[in-house]
Amino acid sequence: MRMARLRSVAIAAACWLSAIDVVAQDTAPPPELPAPPTDVEVKDRPSDNGQAVLISWMASADDAPEGSPRVLEYWIFRRELGQAEWGEKILDSPAGTTTKTDDQKIKVGTQYEYRIVAVGVNEGVSEPAELLGGVASIRQWFNVQKAWFGILLVLICGAVIYFIEAARGGKDLKVRKIAGLEAVDEAVGRATELGRSVLFINGIQDINDIQTIAGLTVLGNVARRAAEYDATLEVPTSRSLVMTTARETVQAAYLSAGRPDAYNENNIYYLTDEQFGFVASVTGRMVREKYAACFYMGAFYAESLILAETGNSIGAIQVAGTAMPSQLPFFVAACDYTLIGEEFFAASAYLSGEPHQMGSLKGQDFGKVVGAVLLLLGCGAATLASMANNNEAIANFAAYIRDSILGSKGLFP
Amino acid sequence: MKRTAPLLIAATVGFIIIVSSFIPYTESWGEDSMIWFDILAAVAFVLGGGNLLKMNLKKVSDRRPGWAYSAIIIAAFLITLTLGLLKVGTHPNEVFWNKPWSGDYIGEGSALWWIYEYLIYPLTSTMFAMLAFYIASAAFRAFRAKNMEASLLLGTAFIVLLGRTYAAIILTGWLPELAHDAEPSFFGQLWNGLRLEKLTETIMGVFNLAGSRAINIGIALGIASTSLKVLLGVDRSYLGTGED
Repeated sequence: MRMARLRSVAIAAACWLSAIDVVAQDTAPPPELPAPPTDVEVKDRPSDNGQAVLISWMASADDAPEGSPRVLEYWIFRRELGQAEWGEKILDSPAGTTTKTDDQKIKVGTQYEYRIVAVGVNEGVSEPAELLGGVASIRQWFNVQKAWFGILLVLICGAVIYFIEAARGGKDLKVRKIAGLEAVDEAVGRATELGRSVLFINGIQDINDIQTIAGLTVLGNVARRAAEYDATLEVPTSRSLVMTTARETVQAAYLSAGRPDAYNENNIYYLTDEQFGFVASVTGRMVREKYAACFYMGAFYAESLILAETGNSIGAIQVAGTAMPSQLPFFVAACDYTLIGEEFFAASAYLSGEPHQMGSLKGQDFGKVVGAVLLLLGCGAATLASMANNNEAIANFAAYIRDSILGSKGLFP
Repeated sequence: MKRTAPLLIAATVGFIIIVSSFIPYTESWGEDSMIWFDILAAVAFVLGGGNLLKMNLKKVSDRRPGWAYSAIIIAAFLITLTLGLLKVGTHPNEVFWNKPWSGDYIGEGSALWWIYEYLIYPLTSTMFAMLAFYIASAAFRAFRAKNMEASLLLGTAFIVLLGRTYAAIILTGWLPELAHDAEPSFFGQLWNGLRLEKLTETIMGVFNLAGSRAINIGIALGIASTSLKVLLGVDRSYLGTGED
């Protein structure tokens, strides 16, 4: 009996204790809230299609290592003007790094309101900072950030067109000799003398790369020489479209050389899109076939040196042309002639010898003059500014050249 | 017509891409043009695959020298194509778990994944690793001091090579560093500039960068000029010589 009473007391005590614990949990103080962000600002993103706004705010006072509670991130909410509910957060932004972000999922012309809260380490959410009244994005019709780029483009393209027309009108244009292009005849002639083939590689990029197009124009000229000298030309490609285009180009070249019968489309073939698979196949053929001349014209990556060194090891005359600055040293080291950057693009005009094509080279020269003038002005202004104790007017001029004319701050930053 | 149609298409698409760069409203037009190119390239792949088979089958049937390589290419091509198309060894997608073909064709554990991981990847790495030997042989030739220019190149390369290794610290670490709290004297700057790592910085950041930027400006102008010639139809050599 006594034991039963003791058990009842114990159970009652346990119930009371657990009840006290539950009450204690229910009445535990809420997490400390971080200070809210302030000064929410929302602006239309300039020079876009009206699909985004820029949101910025002043960081919470607790957005610092010593903040209590320290702010971890900011949550951003959006609602259309007139709606009552904010809904789920649309963006979050980590604290301590930035206090701005883009909202890129809005409709053009629709008015939106924004709310930002700071979230602390203890998951406490601050009071909101809001931008009420509505902000809408606007669709711009011209990307003003590219205004100077557009002006320079029109100037240089205008000069190219002017000089092409001038050359068509009979103006005499002088172009310096390019050793690498002069060597085309020598290389193809040597292949004929030795009774070996000529290898032409048009880079490893597809036809939408301008270097591939430039390489194809050189291929046309090499093919014409090969047809005239009765040398065999082999063109392995790493893209199907390049193979098709190269066949058209080579066929036309043989036709123009009066040797359509000598054209063999099987000499222009596709291998693989895989970079090193292509290289393995081509270098294997190089070692077995011992080509007399190798041309590398187009966009190349790490395979450039493997190809050029293999060509060197078989004693072929090698001419390379590319606009990939990182591959130029390899070609220079391993090839007999290298067309560096603009020389490669000048090749088609140079080899064709057509006056109107030569005109385009003069247009390029005009672009170089513009570049040199800007360089001199910028360097001069920066030097003068530092000599004149950072004179504000000169420093601003140097900054305008750097940030607006050569940068993306537009005509009126 | 054989040349006019491609020229018109090239010019139209080219100008659309240029315009889309300046007029935000037309941004998507440029992106759509590129998607059309991707579709075209994907269809053209059939041409490439067909050509690969045709060329190598002919070589095998004619028993031309090296025909065994062609036989290996044909076998590898057909096996890879079949395994990929039939999605051999793929695991069904979690959402459509009752559809055996719903898995990713290159998903982990699939036959194509095995081919990629244990054949293509190691073979590609091997080819890439061979570059080290090619660089050594090319450097040996390029750095032979045959004349004044080659000697200068050799000396510069030697400084950069040392400056990017611990040798720079061992050899010139005794030269004074610049003090952070005081205005450096002329000789202080001079001695500090002679440290190999500082010389390397100067060579790469001034001489090398200036040359590199000059090449890049030339390339940019060349691209603009070549593109314009293609768009205006001035340069048609990539389409043929002029006869339809």
